[in-house]
Amino acid sequence: MKSVLKTAVAGAAALLVAGAAHAATLDDVKKAGVLKCGINTGLPGFAYTDDKGKWTGFDVAYCRALSAAVFGDPDKVKYVNLTGKNRFPALAAGEIDVLSRNTTWTFKRDVDLGFTFIGVSYYDGQGFIGRKALGVKSAKELDGASVCIQTGTTTELNLADFFRVNKIKYEPVPIETNEEARKAYLAERCDVYTTDASGLAATKTTFENPDAHMVFPDIISKEPLGPLVRQGDDRWADIARWTLNVLINAEEYGVTSANVEKLAAKETDNPEINRMLGTEGSLGAWLGLRKTWAVDVLKAEGNYGEIFERYLGTKTPLGLQRGLNALYTDGGILYAPPMR
Amino acid sequence: MARNASARRTGGPGWRRLWSDERSRGLIYQLLVVLGLALVAAFIVSNTIANLQRVGLASGFGFLSEQAFFDINQRLIEYSSTSTFGRALVVGMLNTVLVSALGIVAATAIGFFAGVLRLSPNFLLSRMVGAWVEITRNVPLLLQIIFWWVVLSGLPKVRDSLALGDAVFLNNRGVRLPAPLFESGFEWVAAALAAGIAAAVFVARWARRRQKLSGQNFPVAWTGLALIAGLPALVYWIAGSPVAWDIPEPTRFNFRGGFNVTPELVALWIALSTYTGAFISEIVRAGILSVGKGQTEAAGSLGLRPGPAMWLVVIPQALRVIIPPLTSQYLNLTKNSSLAIAIGYQDLVSIGGTILNQSGQALEVVGIWMAVYLSLSLLTSLFMNWYNKRIALVER
Repeated sequence: MKSVLKTAVAGAAALLVAGAAHAATLDDVKKAGVLKCGINTGLPGFAYTDDKGKWTGFDVAYCRALSAAVFGDPDKVKYVNLTGKNRFPALAAGEIDVLSRNTTWTFKRDVDLGFTFIGVSYYDGQGFIGRKALGVKSAKELDGASVCIQTGTTTELNLADFFRVNKIKYEPVPIETNEEARKAYLAERCDVYTTDASGLAATKTTFENPDAHMVFPDIISKEPLGPLVRQGDDRWADIARWTLNVLINAEEYGVTSANVEKLAAKETDNPEINRMLGTEGSLGAWLGLRKTWAVDVLKAEGNYGEIFERYLGTKTPLGLQRGLNALYTDGGILYAPPMR
Repeated sequence: MARNASARRTGGPGWRRLWSDERSRGLIYQLLVVLGLALVAAFIVSNTIANLQRVGLASGFGFLSEQAFFDINQRLIEYSSTSTFGRALVVGMLNTVLVSALGIVAATAIGFFAGVLRLSPNFLLSRMVGAWVEITRNVPLLLQIIFWWVVLSGLPKVRDSLALGDAVFLNNRGVRLPAPLFESGFEWVAAALAAGIAAAVFVARWARRRQKLSGQNFPVAWTGLALIAGLPALVYWIAGSPVAWDIPEPTRFNFRGGFNVTPELVALWIALSTYTGAFISEIVRAGILSVGKGQTEAAGSLGLRPGPAMWLVVIPQALRVIIPPLTSQYLNLTKNSSLAIAIGYQDLVSIGGTILNQSGQALEVVGIWMAVYLSLSLLTSLFMNWYNKRIALVER
């Protein structure tokens, strides 16, 4: 009996020690051999399944780029589909290593909830979609309307602010996912649906008769969307941040998925490109990654511009303009720090 | 055997005596189990605290006084987006209580009705009720909630609302009813209602006593109804109708005025009460069957017709068997109401989830959830246990 007790105590002590020690996220990811990436439950353009049932989209492309940075292989990703409500607990509890789910960077989330936003991948703003037959020209005319809204989002808070400030009334119709909101809106359970303007454009493409609906011109908030990680592991945050910066810088320097191999083969006459692709300096080693990590990142889905055009751009059903999301050199505000 | 041998080797004679005694050995086992549980609990607590500190999350209930900044569509008390998280939680709790209370009343009525019908000598009737019970209690509740919600969303669109006398409007956003506005003088009507109820209770007691003594019946139900409904109506008329009605008017998008019963509430209510009602009907059936056939026959031979025989002789005895499992069903219904989240009914879990998301206080919110459901369940149990004791068979 004594020996049984001894084992029990030793076991409990071992558990305590195991619970107290925390390996770095990069080591955990490498050990698991797979990157757990939190994405949307389904939003055209950002995270959706293609005809082969594979997850794809703008947010998914970032997961693939990060996987390429860590493993040299963009396919070592396990996608975890999360709603607006369960995304933060999932990240905090370590169920995912990074959250790439059109999530707005706010003070509270960055500071108080214990997360670190690693940058902005899409500058968005909240808008409204409604039937043209309503004859509404602006969101300020929505007094007394029923509004479908995803719970647990910043849009829910912006909506309350907007109606309070404009002293008009509304009936909120709370919904869990974008898909349910779409159904409720089409069933006319609500007059308008509100979410990020990109999400509205995405949702509108799935309507049977998109021309009967219009996105109102009002944009009622700033919604800088970007990936985030848990606070407290700066090395992992650096890897996530510079993966995004590589995507943006590569567009600026003209490095694409088509020419990245050629440019990485030997030194070019642009030192920025050389440092990024590892033919000069040791950026990869400083991150604890391979010399060619950025080459792998760009081989995954191309640079930022390529990813944008493939999933969201004017040639896709979403038909979004680059707008604010153009490079600063093209009239947008996309600007990544230098690779040196 | 081996364990005994090792104990003999390591322990002295005192230890050996302790070990070979069945009672003290049992005590030692129990002590070890308690110790093990304490170790596990200590580990969970220390691990949680360590993890909270690691991610730098503040804990405590201070967030309850922060402003919520989100809106709620169904609120039984005053609430706006500038109210606090704490108030939002109370609004959610009241919504849970509302749908649970409505559900318990309807489920009981449905259950008793169906349970009695199932025992009807009419073959077709009893089989039809039987089929309904089997379907309802064997389809997952979540599916039924979504089913009713989809059915209700098939109601006319808001601009084609079904109107009842230009005062009640039915559409897929719910039922819009006129809301009463109480004016001065209404307090007399309320007082009359209270007096009517008190008088009805008094009459019922008096009638029961009289029946015990003299065997004479008194029309308690009709007198009670006259007292409870008639008295306030009379005062209402004398006081000059002190209630104005806020009639809903169509606007550009919805209706203004009146109050709205949302389709989410109705769908949840129907699903919860039919699902639980099906279980209750089986409990009622079992209860009735547990009363010996001789009781019915004895009642018949005393000249009671089948109806009174059922309600006066069989059901009171069956209740002893019915009440304990019925209590479980009430508790189930209250807890099942948390499935509301699937259709966006803003109950405690739905609003708590939003708060959890906006404030990041996961442990605290989950703690509040558990505490509220536990309290609601314990209150229900307390009441039902009291009732159970009251109707228990008093042997003379």
